[in-house]
Amino acid sequence: MAQERQAAIVGIHEYPLRVAPGVSAMNIKVDSIRAALDDAGLKWSDIDAIYDAQDGEAGGGLQLAAYLGLRPTVLDTTQVGGSSYEFQAAHAMRDIAAGKCNVAVLSYGSTSASNRVAIGTGGRGGPATWATNMEAPYGSTLISNYAMVKQRHKFEYGTTDEQFAGISVATRHHAMRNPEAVKAMTDLQFVGVNEITPQDVLDSRVVADPLHLLECCMISDGGGALIIASADVARGCKKPPVWLIGGGEATKYRENGGDITTSAGAQSGPIAFGEAGVSPDEIDIAMIYDSFTITVAVCLEDLGFCPKGEVGAYVEGGRLAFDSGEGPALNTDGGGLSSNHPGMRGIFLLLEGARQLRGESTSQVPDAKLAVAHGNGGLLGGTHTGGTVILAKD
Amino acid sequence: MANRPQPRFPEPHTEPFWEGVQQGELRYQRCNEDCAEPVVFYPRHHCPDCGSDNLDWHASSGEGTVYTFSVVMQNRMPGFIDLGAYSVAYIDLDEGFRMMSSVVGVDNPVEDIHIGQRVRVEFEEQDEGEYPIPVFRPIQE
Repeated sequence: MAQERQAAIVGIHEYPLRVAPGVSAMNIKVDSIRAALDDAGLKWSDIDAIYDAQDGEAGGGLQLAAYLGLRPTVLDTTQVGGSSYEFQAAHAMRDIAAGKCNVAVLSYGSTSASNRVAIGTGGRGGPATWATNMEAPYGSTLISNYAMVKQRHKFEYGTTDEQFAGISVATRHHAMRNPEAVKAMTDLQFVGVNEITPQDVLDSRVVADPLHLLECCMISDGGGALIIASADVARGCKKPPVWLIGGGEATKYRENGGDITTSAGAQSGPIAFGEAGVSPDEIDIAMIYDSFTITVAVCLEDLGFCPKGEVGAYVEGGRLAFDSGEGPALNTDGGGLSSNHPGMRGIFLLLEGARQLRGESTSQVPDAKLAVAHGNGGLLGGTHTGGTVILAKD
Repeated sequence: MANRPQPRFPEPHTEPFWEGVQQGELRYQRCNEDCAEPVVFYPRHHCPDCGSDNLDWHASSGEGTVYTFSVVMQNRMPGFIDLGAYSVAYIDLDEGFRMMSSVVGVDNPVEDIHIGQRVRVEFEEQDEGEYPIPVFRPIQE
């Protein structure tokens, strides 16, 4: 299929604080939308499409247009956890190509850190369902769910803790170059705000065996916004467009006899790469949802950067660092592990991908041309979604 | 004794499963149509392979294999806060269904549980609540 360039990221903003007491999630969304419009050189009334993950006080979604004071012709409230923004970007690309809208806004706001939301360490409340009745008695935390995937990956392919730790080392290397990430780690009282070694990761305490603390993302406040526009609008914006050239979405769940080490990315990745007409070995920047080291490991394989089971050898030697000269560079903002994770990290994957293709990253890969943003939502070892978006420099 | 969260009802999908547990039976469903993946678990009102509602309940032997597991070091929830380190596991039952559970009865869950281990179900009585909880214990070779 011939690659098409009909929609582009034209405005971006990442809310700078990761600890923002007294600020509401809706404030974060609106401040970010305003800043992203400024970045694009567009105005409030130009927005004709809203994509929302139903975050923020009052649940956003249905409420968001009224709160913003807009009358969009497209309203998409896709909520698939951390991958919501990759799904939405792919939908915006499709809706713009179909002529349904010209200026789409995606936004995110969360106060998880200030509200002490225990993402991952607690159980689940809510009404009784077939799922809660079968799982709640066992105290399966979110982290233990991901840990079960790591356990199986180690067993099946011999992947070592040292190899997994390399993923944490690379993201921390990038975080130390990003002032906002350094402030995040400082404000969230990380034990050491410094470069780390694989041994540091192995020496950090085990949260849910076999996952160590330094293999787990932070819990922060934060948010951001992203403006996606049609080619006509994009050509008149302040910054060079970052084109959306492929999108794919998928879901995966626990199945009798299924392979827990293969994620939804194995389905969404080939769809996105196929639509874009590019292959993983051409990708300069891999923005892959790093909720945990295992998430990155599994998704690198599923997206086709290396064969299933070989990610340990693939990441060994530090190729994921922005200055390795090998590539792809992983999560050059510092990732969820070391920069920003208020609960749904998907939007930051697109924001940093766009920064790289504009040449604005704090860990800039020289002449980066192609990026992949891959979000994983839900539970990697249970029901989850995968959203893959391919981005191209103008 | 244990104090794990109880299943809550009404919840029509899982009621027959938990009635089985009360009778010392680990139940699962099979589709009666000629479909490729006839084993249904978790409980449902349809076969996810073919969409049919022609399902029957069966009793499992209760024996299976550890597919994977994790050992949770901290959980502040009531019912788990006093357990110390405990395991969460996916067990592949011999009849072909995979269920979440816990492997119990080991001294050190990190060292004494392993993938591929043979385990057998037992119904763990709880301090409170009318439903015992099915957990698994290693089968001594």
